[in-house]
Amino acid sequence: MGLFDRHAALIERYSAAREAGMDPLRVRLERVLSPTEAIVNGQRTLMVGTNNYLGLTFDESCVEAAVDALRAEGTGTTGSRTANGSYDQHESLERELADFYGMDHCMVFSTGFQANLGTIATLVGEGDYLIIDADSHASIYDACKMTAATVIRFRHNDAADLEKRLRRLSGATGNKLVVVEGIYSMLGDKAPLKAICDVTKRHGAYLLVDEAHSLGVLGGGGRGMVEEAGILDQVDFVVGTFSKTLGAVGGFCVSNHPEFENLRLLTRPYMFTASLPPSIIASVRQALHVVRTRPELRTRLWHNVETLYDGLEAAGFRLGPDRSPVVAVHMPDLETTTGVWKALLDAGIYVNLAGAFATPNGVSLLRCSVCAAHDSEQLERVIETLTGIAASIGLLPRPVMAAAG
Amino acid sequence: MNDGLALGQGEAFAEIVKLLEPFRKGDAPITLDTDITRDLNIDSLAVMDMIMELEDKFDVSIPLNVVAETKTVRELADAVGQLRTGA
Repeated sequence: MGLFDRHAALIERYSAAREAGMDPLRVRLERVLSPTEAIVNGQRTLMVGTNNYLGLTFDESCVEAAVDALRAEGTGTTGSRTANGSYDQHESLERELADFYGMDHCMVFSTGFQANLGTIATLVGEGDYLIIDADSHASIYDACKMTAATVIRFRHNDAADLEKRLRRLSGATGNKLVVVEGIYSMLGDKAPLKAICDVTKRHGAYLLVDEAHSLGVLGGGGRGMVEEAGILDQVDFVVGTFSKTLGAVGGFCVSNHPEFENLRLLTRPYMFTASLPPSIIASVRQALHVVRTRPELRTRLWHNVETLYDGLEAAGFRLGPDRSPVVAVHMPDLETTTGVWKALLDAGIYVNLAGAFATPNGVSLLRCSVCAAHDSEQLERVIETLTGIAASIGLLPRPVMAAAG
Repeated sequence: MNDGLALGQGEAFAEIVKLLEPFRKGDAPITLDTDITRDLNIDSLAVMDMIMELEDKFDVSIPLNVVAETKTVRELADAVGQLRTGA
């Protein structure tokens, strides 16, 4: 048996997508021009699949902070904080994030993936229970593989279903950790976090919320779904990433748990990875400052969300259930999705192609992400172009399709 | 068909067969020896969804870890049966 034989089904589907004439896993951004534009296939292309929600990758103050740190402290840390020491900036960023959430503790990780993997797999172990939303991100599923805790899955965004499963565990003595996300990355739907928090607390479980796609996006102060749902004083752990709204790379976990700092002794994805370079830390600190001091960017983002979501909905597309900066357009099958995705790219618009293995129930999606830096003209162009392509292959016009998986 | 299965396992077997029916390859019937991932057109996500259905049908907690440890319908039916009786 060959090394990759067990993955034959997935590899075959990938080959089929490639036959559309463009490899969706190897889109090359020949030159990035701004938060919203890049050169792809020699063509000026509108970027609508970046997760760059506030457009901060080119924010002058963030770039300046990174450049200054690069000159002052060099290109990298060349080691882990555990073995090689923390830079002053790592600790400053941790203090600033803890302060942002009004929490006592913060740990910074080198990626958001590692933040989920490390904290979740360390917080629960043998004899404990890890209860996750069925549509959880791959980093959460991999944490399930790393922990010796018993893993139970509940139906997506369904607080009553979570309650049913917690009730079945009511006689169990181990710790229970419930893990959900603020905004789900593929369909852009928001968690009913207040209800989930109530159920979790009623059953004496801990709650961890991953705000990867909601930091800087939701809540009056940009703290995410935990702020919008009003549960900042009840959530036990908030995990987030620096690679979306904050425009760089890295991740974090904040908490009020009095023994939180023990994680630094125990969490291997933290202990055995090089820490983030000074330039990254500096731009993230500045980006966090921008999130805190420029709420108008969030206003602009939501205005753009409305333009794109409402425009596509009016055109007859079936979208994800909630208005959010992730606007997911349902397509009937992977082949059609690939064709439309390629036609959009040929027309100078880049969105994400999402299909089986990355999406809930394997649905096929064109996933758009909205940026505060998009202008109305750009978003109107997306609506017009996508509508034209869909109409040309008979996907539109038709009445809004009935909800189906 | 239920040879060698205790009452609990037999019921679990019947339910598993029902839930796996949509994933059959061709006409081959689902038996105790059916290898869930090899003999059926089913991916890991659908297997996890089936586990949730079984949890609700029998009002038990079935750890996801069970999925990794069971290959055949018999092994899954045994595991569910044991969870039901608290063995």
